[in-house]
Amino acid sequence: MTASQRRIKVLLGKPGLDGHDQGAKVVARAMMDAGFEVIYTGLRQTPEQIARIALEEDVDVISLSSMAGSHIPFCRKLKPLLEANGLNDKLWVIGGNLPAQDHEALRELGFKGIFPSGSKLDAITEFIRKEVK
Amino acid sequence: MNAPQKPVMKKVINESGIEVKPLYTAADVEASGGMAMVGEPGQYPFTRGIHREMYRKQPWTMRQYAGFGNPADTNQRFKYLIANGQTGLNVAFDLPTQIGLDSDDPLAEGEIGRVGMSIDTLRDFEIAFDGIDLKKITVSLTINGAAAILIAMYLAMAEKRGYDIKELRGTAQNDILKEFIGRGTWIFPVEPSIRLVGDTIEYCAKEAPKYTPVSVCGYHIRESGATPAQEMAYAFCIAKAYADDAIRRGLPVDEFAGRLSYNFNIFGNIFEQVCKFRAGRGLWAKIMKEEYGAEKPGSMWLRMIAAGGGGGLTFEQPEVNIVRGAYYALISALSGTQTMALCSYDEAYTIPTEYSARISLRTMQLLIEEMGLTETVDPLAGSFYVETMTNEMRKKMEEIMDEVDAQGGIVKMVAEGTIQAKVSAQAYGMQRKIESGEFRKVGVNCYRNEQEEDHPVEFHPYNEDDARVQIESLQRIRAERDNKAVEAALARLRKDAAAGTNVMPALVEAVKAYASVGEMTKELVNVFGRYQEPIRF
Repeated sequence: MTASQRRIKVLLGKPGLDGHDQGAKVVARAMMDAGFEVIYTGLRQTPEQIARIALEEDVDVISLSSMAGSHIPFCRKLKPLLEANGLNDKLWVIGGNLPAQDHEALRELGFKGIFPSGSKLDAITEFIRKEVK
Repeated sequence: MNAPQKPVMKKVINESGIEVKPLYTAADVEASGGMAMVGEPGQYPFTRGIHREMYRKQPWTMRQYAGFGNPADTNQRFKYLIANGQTGLNVAFDLPTQIGLDSDDPLAEGEIGRVGMSIDTLRDFEIAFDGIDLKKITVSLTINGAAAILIAMYLAMAEKRGYDIKELRGTAQNDILKEFIGRGTWIFPVEPSIRLVGDTIEYCAKEAPKYTPVSVCGYHIRESGATPAQEMAYAFCIAKAYADDAIRRGLPVDEFAGRLSYNFNIFGNIFEQVCKFRAGRGLWAKIMKEEYGAEKPGSMWLRMIAAGGGGGLTFEQPEVNIVRGAYYALISALSGTQTMALCSYDEAYTIPTEYSARISLRTMQLLIEEMGLTETVDPLAGSFYVETMTNEMRKKMEEIMDEVDAQGGIVKMVAEGTIQAKVSAQAYGMQRKIESGEFRKVGVNCYRNEQEEDHPVEFHPYNEDDARVQIESLQRIRAERDNKAVEAALARLRKDAAAGTNVMPALVEAVKAYASVGEMTKELVNVFGRYQEPIRF
């Protein structure tokens, strides 16, 4: 079955120690309303946990919500783990408090979708629908 | 020719779900319950304020949230704020400290000193508060999961500097139930977490009777999606859960209730907010007097910090947040708060720079020095609108508290995740309303700039080297301290935690021996376990 025939499956993770989950939960609801299947991890996920859940759940999208500024060091650790698990072909998306000067570095770390604070919910779900093939 | 159309007046419902009329008269005040709960400032039911003279005697304490990097960096910022007229401190800790990890814990990597200052041992507190007169400047510790440890550390630091603990004032946030709803710096499961709060209340009632061991936070519940009425109602339910624990321990209500305080949010409709505070003051006094049998007026006081407003600030056009902040400060002043602080205009981007923190401070000082907000107590009292809305907000809060009771109480709802699911569904509904333009936000869904600036704010720099310095300092302390004394104190902590004995004396002993936050937390985790977050939508 191809992704276009089945529901898009999204992992939504809260990386690191950040406890701000209001935005992540709002995005999770928007994704569910868009018809996606959402695996929300809850708080305090390590890179290893994110990679393991992404692999085990066979998700189409690996998305992160980061609010407390540690997105770059976290994603540097996550990238090789996702690659080692053969998850390069999945769509990697990140949202939250992401200063503009970090966007290029996040793109280089493999994040195709970057949604800083102020992004529209529909822009996130439409991007995922368009990119997941 | 068509007949002239009657103007259609849009129905207005405030965020708390109460209809707002275009005109209020004495009849509305009467129909909503009259003036029975208004009273005089400084007298039961304290709707108009907990003191008779309020700000004429002493303006609100100004307490900007601050802390980053190492204790030495934070000590500099504290001194900068005090030099600029700040009258209290509100300490921000980094995430490893908040959840009980040492700086050299692998999980702390990349997070040390990022959103607050890093604390491992008593040595760090000695540096952070060096040169600050703790009698003149009261300190509020924004710490929850690891609060018992950090309170012990603060008391030990003050004692070491020669302060009389019996006279020491200060506050710890220490409201763990709201951390499960929003903010998320929990460590232990719900029941032992409440027990730890109870341990601090009991210990402080006896050993540090002027210290405020808990500041119950509606604030973060509101940030997570609660309405203003829910914010206050849920906070009262949580405060009652802590009070019930203290009473089960045999503490008379008048021995601890006067040292409970509150933390509320200030963004939103000006009148709804001001009425929220006036209503809440009367309701809390009534609860303490009628349900708990409190006799001392201080036990009935809703002492609070009315502050922040982060949830109302916008990422778009951040400079407009300076103006929003000024209105939020006005709300706070009209609320009759004891303490005020403002989120700075750049906080959707970064932790505040010196510059933005100073603007917040000046905003509050303007109200005191130029705008007449300290001259007269509760200046909105007697307004038909304000008195009617105050009555209606109080009724709304009582309804919400009854609903919580009907569903098994706040502790059960938090443990099962039902409150979390409810406020998060509301946050989603509000975000949809903002995106559709139904709920107006200037610069977000109306009056947008054609072209947003690329770099509208200056970022507070994160110094990667701070982590190395902090870890080296911790390792040096581990090598130099009396490790036998540390082991003995940790063994006592282990024993007391397992036996159900108040852990505060053991924590104070461990802290004085320079045990680290991570070492003490590990002992408690071994006894209590770790919280498992319920995921509910």
